[in-house]
Amino acid sequence: MKFWPLLWSNLKRRKARTIFTLLSIVVAFILFAYLAAVRIAFSAGVEVAGADRLFTTHKTSIIQPLPKSYQDQIARTPGVVSVTHASWFGGIYQNPNTGFQGVFQAPVEPESYLAMYPEFKVTVAEKKAWADDREGVLVGETTARRYGWKVGDRVPVQGTIWRKKDGSKVWEFNVRGIYTGDKTVDKTQFLFHYDYFDEARQYGQGIVGWYIVRIADPKQAADIGKKIDANFANSPAETKTVTEKALAQGFADQIGNIGAIIQWILAAVFFTLLLVTGNTIAQSVRERTAELAVLKTVGFSNGAVLALVLVEALVLTIVGGGLGLAIGAAAIAAGDPTHGFLPIFYLPSRDAIVGILFVVLLGLVAGILPAVQAMRLRIVDALRRA
Amino acid sequence: MLKWLSQVFAVTGTALRTIPQRRGPSLATVVGIAGVVAVLIAVLSIGEGFRKTLQTAGSPQNALVMRAGSDSEMMSVLVGDSVDIIAQAKGIARGSVRAGEAAVPLSSAELFVVVDCPKKTTGTPANVPLRGVQPAAFAARPELKIIEGRPFEWGKNEILVGDGARKQFRGLDVGSQVKWGENVWTVTGIFTAGGAVWESEIWTDARVLQPSYRRGNSFQTVVARLESPEAFDAFKDSLTKDPRLDVMVQRESEYFGNQGRTLQAIIRGLGFILAILMGIGAVFGALNTMYSAVAARTREVATLRALGFGRVAVVVSVMAESLVLALVGSAVGAALAWLIFDGYRTSTLNFDTFSQVTFAFDVTPSLVVQGIVFALVLGFVGGVFPAIRAARLPVTAALREA
Repeated sequence: MKFWPLLWSNLKRRKARTIFTLLSIVVAFILFAYLAAVRIAFSAGVEVAGADRLFTTHKTSIIQPLPKSYQDQIARTPGVVSVTHASWFGGIYQNPNTGFQGVFQAPVEPESYLAMYPEFKVTVAEKKAWADDREGVLVGETTARRYGWKVGDRVPVQGTIWRKKDGSKVWEFNVRGIYTGDKTVDKTQFLFHYDYFDEARQYGQGIVGWYIVRIADPKQAADIGKKIDANFANSPAETKTVTEKALAQGFADQIGNIGAIIQWILAAVFFTLLLVTGNTIAQSVRERTAELAVLKTVGFSNGAVLALVLVEALVLTIVGGGLGLAIGAAAIAAGDPTHGFLPIFYLPSRDAIVGILFVVLLGLVAGILPAVQAMRLRIVDALRRA
Repeated sequence: MLKWLSQVFAVTGTALRTIPQRRGPSLATVVGIAGVVAVLIAVLSIGEGFRKTLQTAGSPQNALVMRAGSDSEMMSVLVGDSVDIIAQAKGIARGSVRAGEAAVPLSSAELFVVVDCPKKTTGTPANVPLRGVQPAAFAARPELKIIEGRPFEWGKNEILVGDGARKQFRGLDVGSQVKWGENVWTVTGIFTAGGAVWESEIWTDARVLQPSYRRGNSFQTVVARLESPEAFDAFKDSLTKDPRLDVMVQRESEYFGNQGRTLQAIIRGLGFILAILMGIGAVFGALNTMYSAVAARTREVATLRALGFGRVAVVVSVMAESLVLALVGSAVGAALAWLIFDGYRTSTLNFDTFSQVTFAFDVTPSLVVQGIVFALVLGFVGGVFPAIRAARLPVTAALREA
């Protein structure tokens, strides 16, 4: 690495320019990291969906309820390992405007629901405490942090759809457990007892929102789905069974082509960045025509000159890009910028790797033209021009 | 003063005339700023279009009655007899809803459900709102116009489809039949509603919809046409004070104005971060360009200074160049955003009702102005330091260096 001093003094030559170029690369890669996280947020769940979990919903729409009696029939369908259910609660906590947005609240069967979602990590003691308390609620880490709840707190939630038999809208719950999970797990959920809910609600007894079904062989998913739906064909509440992945994909599709628009933004940013960086490097080579000619005169080969310019570009992009990705990752880890509207928000490792590839690619693409120019430089011309 | 001005003009003129000689870096700045402005305007135009769709819906002369504590139409329930009580409240306009019939209170009890329709672009199912209405619904929404086909007939399994829904979802053209649950529905017509959210919906007779969704004699909301916007308070009081009812009353325009908060918050939160980060990046680009512009003009600037031109003239010329580049960039960016995104139709989920809203991106003049102002700020910041540097250049040193 005997050329380092040479490289270093080249970069130091126009300090302001080097620093600004570096900073714009940093910014671009912070953006890159953010956009990757946003893309994940909008396609939430699609990539991590369990292949052995199916969703059985009402055929017309997921907001139509299904009878509780379907549970046993589904459980008896060949290929089904276990069944649990959940329903939409849609309550408000404190402020009606910001209250509970982004928090999925559902009455569930504690045992079978947790068995269905082994990715929810909860201690044995808390699990038992939740199962034992009819008014108990299991809360995701993110939600607990957002409202400052801890185990033992009593939380009043205002039902908007559901009221109690006595006409009151307020449902009170005891926080009995806080679950965690890795970054791909939705840690916003608010899960309470279906039995308590069903008994206390004013109307709608014996209905649930949807069923979650675990099957033995993911390859049989389509067949088992058809069998489940066949159970209820021509009944008043026909069903539609899809894989969890298909459901998540469907939901992402419902939000629409925001993802495509984000790709456009990424492309625009990178095009701009390429121009800025490429231009800066080209400029610095142009200014050094005479020096490069001298280097060649004293015996530097064409290849060495090419490498020198290219490495200079790479140093700039790798330092800037590395910093940008690191800052981006740190900012993303600190939480999503919409204050809880995007429950899953993280930088996937795959995108981090793509980012690093981009960094190298950017250095190569931005450096190659000026490097080739420098390589092709004829000593006589260059010295005359200078 | 005059001399000073002529100096400024002379130096600025040279600066601008020589931009073509510094084509590369200048172009990089223009493109950089164009990119920032285009992205900024595009992102905000999503929010703008979404807001417009929701806010043009709803007239201040209409009141919307829901069960107290409901967050959205989707969550409300009103049973049959309270609907009749509401129709008798003070302040409701009267009119005949069908030609030749006697005048009745203009109130429409409505059901709001969602049905599955495949999206045209992806073929995947989406929740499309299906609204059951009563005859007065049309009198309460005079902006609604049937542009194709005919109205549905009351009591039949017929539907009217909003133009936005027809364009975004499959199988909703006049004459086609769709099956939801146990019923088969025939599309009899297409309507527009001046861009309002109803264009995303499908309408039918509430009395036909009730049994097919097992709603008994219940509705979700009542829309009432008032005698005048001022009659609202009287109407609201008479309902909220009625012990037989437990309802909340809003102006229809207020209700829709509050809808779409989740999406708005997401767009604003993300749009803000995007704009700030891209702006910072663009400022660095502009700084680079202007420093190199100053470097390229060192000899010229020093010569001018030696001839007796003042520092201010030099500062102004550098700033002017930076601002002109920013202006050109923002114009290109705004034009791009307008060409590509204005009127671009799409649909997305309204998290408040869990149903699809179709809307068009709206690049408004005020967004264009915001984009240009933002670019000028970038141009200013990107020009000011190089300008000071140019002005501080010691004349003799600069002449020697060049």
